Amino acid sequence: MEKNELLVCRNTALGYEGRAVLSGLNLTVSAGDYLCVVGDNGSGKSTLMKGLLGLLSPMAGSIDRAAELKNGAVGYLPQQTRAQRDFPATVYEVVLSGFLNQKGFGFFYTAAQKTAAIQAIGKLGILELKDRCYRDLSGGQQQRALLARALCAAGRLLILDEPVTGLDPAAAQDLYKTLRYLNEKEGMAVVMVTHDLRSALENARTVLHIGRNSWFYGTVEEYLRSPEGCRFRKGEQ
Amino acid sequence: MELMEMLSWPFMRRALVAGILVSLCAALLGVPLVLKRYSMIGDGLSHVSFGALAVAVALGVTPLYFSIPVVILSAFFLLRLANSGSHMGSDAAIAVVSASALAIGIMVISLTTGMTTDVDNYMFGSVLAMTETDVLLAAAVCAAVLALFVLFYHRLFAITFDENFARATGMRVELYNTLLSILTALTIVLGMRMMGAMLISSLVIFPALTAMRLFRSFRGVVLCAGTTAVLCFCMGLTVSYVKSTPVGATVVTANLLVFLSACAVERLRKRG
Repeated sequence: MEKNELLVCRNTALGYEGRAVLSGLNLTVSAGDYLCVVGDNGSGKSTLMKGLLGLLSPMAGSIDRAAELKNGAVGYLPQQTRAQRDFPATVYEVVLSGFLNQKGFGFFYTAAQKTAAIQAIGKLGILELKDRCYRDLSGGQQQRALLARALCAAGRLLILDEPVTGLDPAAAQDLYKTLRYLNEKEGMAVVMVTHDLRSALENARTVLHIGRNSWFYGTVEEYLRSPEGCRFRKGEQ
Repeated sequence: MELMEMLSWPFMRRALVAGILVSLCAALLGVPLVLKRYSMIGDGLSHVSFGALAVAVALGVTPLYFSIPVVILSAFFLLRLANSGSHMGSDAAIAVVSASALAIGIMVISLTTGMTTDVDNYMFGSVLAMTETDVLLAAAVCAAVLALFVLFYHRLFAITFDENFARATGMRVELYNTLLSILTALTIVLGMRMMGAMLISSLVIFPALTAMRLFRSFRGVVLCAGTTAVLCFCMGLTVSYVKSTPVGATVVTANLLVFLSACAVERLRKRG
């Protein structure tokens, strides 16, 4: 693995119970990348996500991670569950829980972790919400809190699962702006699975399109010229 | 006066100590269970524990030795059902398990000893049921629950709030879920004979619900649930002694009143 590479899939096959959902996948995520994963429902986006997170081992090929991503240091933003939306916890409690993977056998958070949590909350511009209850926040504010937690968990890579689902358009645009800031100014690599193709193409630099039979991996410009991307452009007109 | 008289009875002292320990455990375990939408598991387990008790009596085995393993096994099973999202629907599956366990228990009892006051005691609880062994066991379970909550508080929070994130960051989610279900099973088996099979599950659910009305942080909810449970139990036990009402029902009524007041406070706060 080269120095700035974070995740490398080589001829990877992923699937369940011996049946491959995805195969022959070659993918590299390097520091500072912004990759969008798009595709139809059931095409294997969430399977890929599990593979990248290390929750599913590849059936063939390999998925290599940079040393700093091992031991669960992944900045993951999962889809929200219904139970979560009315959870009694302060934003600060939620954000701090991002450090759990670094605690090892320690039982309590260190002072440095508490400071870093406040910094992460500040970076996402929700410092005034620090002691508010998670369930009293708007959808966009909740996503920011979860993003701050993801920043605590990992320094260089964010993996997001449908982050704008359920957000109103203004909140979604805000979230994209925040992600671009984290990507450009903080050098975070971003991998995002999304349905919101148009905004994804405005923000991302590379695209992975998973189709049922074919797939595409390349820059946004190449994608718009490719057969998969053409279908999208036709849909626009 | 009445209070001194109440505590002069050894069985009341045992009931008080065991009851406080069991209510505290049930309330603490209840917070993650209720927040993860597993409230019905407690209810299912209490019915299974009734069935197990009936079978144990019929077989002539010491009830605790038989029902503890059976209930722990069902706790695993019910948790798996709740997580699997099986096509049957986990709520329906739990209802089926509860009703079947209750039916088997009643069948076994009527075929062997016949319906006696014992059955009534299992169903609705009896203050006389707690023995020295029960008190010691309750203390041991309580120590385990407190240790879990003090040492693994942050991990419990993470798993309750977001299992997917916890799993992605390499936490052993299954291990903690298993621990939670074993401890819940033990708490229910121990508390059941005093509180009654029909009522014990409310000790798991009520304090957490009350605390969620009043507090906005997870820490606040956990502490408040524990305190409310212990206070409600003491209130319930005293009232039941003075008015000669069954303990289980009285404690649950106390919990209900506190819950309703908490709802009123929440309403007023929202308006204010």
